[in-house]
Amino acid sequence: MDNFLWIFVSALLVNNFVLTYFLGLCPFLGVSNSLETSARLGLATTFVMLVTAVCAWLLNTYILVHAPYLRLICFIVVIASTVQFIEMLIKKLSPALFRAMGIFLPLITTNCAILGLAIFATNRGYGFWQGIVYALGAGIGFTLALVLLAGLREESELSDVPKLIKGTAMNLIIAGILSMAFMGFAGLFSTT
Amino acid sequence: MKKNPSREELLKGIWRDNPVFVQVLGMCPMLAVTNSAINAVAMGMATFFVLVGSSFLVSTFRHLIPKQVRISCFIIIIATFVTIADYTLLALVPGVHKELGAFIPLIVANCLILGRQEAFASRYPTKLAVMDAIGMASGFVLALLSLGSVREILGDGALFGIKLFGENFEPWVIMILPPGGFLTLGVILLFFNWFKSKKDEFLEEVAAAQRSES
Amino acid sequence: MNAPANTGSPGSLRLVSTLAIAGLLSGIAIIGIYESTLPTITLNKARELREAVFKVLPGVSQMQALVHRDGELVVVTSPDKDEPVIYGGHDEQGQFVGYAVPAAGPGFQDTIAILYGYKPSEKLVVGMEVLESRETPGLGDKIYKDAEWVAGFGALSIEPEIFAVKKGTRSQPNEIDAITGATISSKAVVRIINEAHAQWSALLPAPGSEPQFEAAGQAPTESGQ
Repeated sequence: MDNFLWIFVSALLVNNFVLTYFLGLCPFLGVSNSLETSARLGLATTFVMLVTAVCAWLLNTYILVHAPYLRLICFIVVIASTVQFIEMLIKKLSPALFRAMGIFLPLITTNCAILGLAIFATNRGYGFWQGIVYALGAGIGFTLALVLLAGLREESELSDVPKLIKGTAMNLIIAGILSMAFMGFAGLFSTT
Repeated sequence: MKKNPSREELLKGIWRDNPVFVQVLGMCPMLAVTNSAINAVAMGMATFFVLVGSSFLVSTFRHLIPKQVRISCFIIIIATFVTIADYTLLALVPGVHKELGAFIPLIVANCLILGRQEAFASRYPTKLAVMDAIGMASGFVLALLSLGSVREILGDGALFGIKLFGENFEPWVIMILPPGGFLTLGVILLFFNWFKSKKDEFLEEVAAAQRSES
Repeated sequence: MNAPANTGSPGSLRLVSTLAIAGLLSGIAIIGIYESTLPTITLNKARELREAVFKVLPGVSQMQALVHRDGELVVVTSPDKDEPVIYGGHDEQGQFVGYAVPAAGPGFQDTIAILYGYKPSEKLVVGMEVLESRETPGLGDKIYKDAEWVAGFGALSIEPEIFAVKKGTRSQPNEIDAITGATISSKAVVRIINEAHAQWSALLPAPGSEPQFEAAGQAPTESGQ
C-alpha cells in the first residue's frame, strides 16, 4: 500500500508524538500558553526533526552498523552539534528566520521528542526517504498538538476555573481529553 | 528535631520536592511506561541507577571538570549509564525490555537527571550528592509506582499482573491507554495542590493562634 | 554560588582533553558492557525465535533460516540486513515440515508483526503467533490473547485467500471466525498473512523439493543447495 502515506499519517495522527508517546511534554506544557509561540516552536521542532532524521540515517548507515553500542552517545552528540551549527548558519544567512525560531533551537536539542524520533526511526528500520517522511509527520503532529492545546488554554485563561485545578493539573486533563480524541484516528488504515 | 544534612537531602526528594508530583519533571519517559506496575518499577529502577551513578561520578570529579564543558561531560556520563542500563535489562529481563522498548534510551532526555547534576551534584561533596540522588530517585520510583498501580488497577483490574477483582470487573481500558496517563497524573497533581493548600491554611491558623496568644 | 571550583579560565587544551578523556572512559565502559552482555542477548533472541517457530509449526524440532537468492531458496546462517527471511522447519529425522514466515503490516494502532506456519504440501496455515503489536488492550490485543482465535489458525486453507468472517459463520476451510469487538485487528492479521503469502508463494520451490536440513553451525553440504 502507500507506504509513505501510512508512515506520515501514522506519525501525524494515529501515533502522535505528544498525545500517544508522551514525547516533548516539557515544551508541550511549558510553552503552549500562546498560539503564536506554539506555532513557532512547532516550526522549529519540525525543522530540527528533519535535520535529526538525516543525521540518524547517516549515522546508522555509515557508523553504527559497525558499532551499534555507540548509538545513544552518537545520536546525542551529533544531533546537538549539528543543530548548533545550523543555528549559527541561520543567524548568518537569514536573520528573519533566526528571529522566528532561533531562540528555540538550543531548547529543542535536549527535547526527548528529537531523540525519540531518531530512536524510533532506527528501530523501525526506516530508509532515508521514509525517515524524512516520518520526521515531517512527527513534526507537524507535534505542532498540531501544541497549537490545539494552546488554543484551549487561551480560552480557559478567561473562564472561571477553581483555583486548585488551575495550572499543570488542568493542562494534563485537557491533554488527556485531546489524547482521547486522537484515539479516534486509530484504524484509519486498516478498514480499507 | 536534630537536623542531619544527609538525611535532609535524602528525604526532601521523596515528599517535599518530589520530582514528579511537585516539580513536574521527567514526565516524558514516565507517562508512557506507567501502564502497568511492573513496567513502572523497571523504568524506575533504571532511572534510579542512572541518576545515582551519574551523581556519584559528577560529584567526585566536580573539581576536574572545567565549567565550560560541564554540560557535555554530564551528558556523556549520563548516556554511558543509560547504555549500561539498556544492555543489562536486555540481557537479564528481555520481556520487560521489549515492553519498555525505545523509552529506555530516552532516560537520557529526562530533565530530572541533568537537572540534578547541574543544580546539586556538581556543587556539593560526594556524600551529599549521592544522598540527594537517592532521595530524588526514590521519589521518582514512588511516583512511577503509584501511577503505574493506579492505572493497572483501574485499567486491567490487576496489580503486578495478579487479578484483584472477580470475573465481573469491567476494566476501564482507557486508563492503560495514553489518555489514562494524562488523566491520572492530572488528578494526582490536583490532590497534591489540595494537600498543599490545606497545609498552608493549617499553618496560617497556627500562626494566627500564636499571634493571639502573645 | 559555589560553581565547580576552577581557578581562572582553563585553556582550550584542557577543555578538549577533559572531553576526550570522558569520551574515552565512556567508550571503554560501553564496550565492556556490550561485550559482556552480547552472548546472553544473542542467546535470548535465538531462543525466542526458535520458540516462536516451533509454536507455529507443530511437530518441528529443528529449523534453519532461508533466503531467496538468484531464483532459489538458500540456507544461510546470518542473513543480510533488509533481506526477507523465512524459516524452514524440520522434524527430528530432518524431514521437511513447513515454513515459518515472518510478516508485518498496519494494524488498528500501529504495525503488527506476526509469524505464521505454512505447510506447502497441503497449502495450509498451521499456526500463527503475534510477535509485536500495540493494539488496544482488552480489544485488539485479543489477536494474541484469544486462544480460540489463535487456535483457528491451526489448519486453515490459504487457497485462494483467507477470509475473516463474522463469529460463528465459518463454513469454508479458508474462513476464520473474526474476534468479536476486534474485527479490524482480526482482519488486519488475515490481510498481513494473505499479502505475505502472495509474495512468497511464487518464490517457494515445488512441494517436495524444499531445501534439506543442514546441521546448524556447520559447513553446508552440497545436497543443501
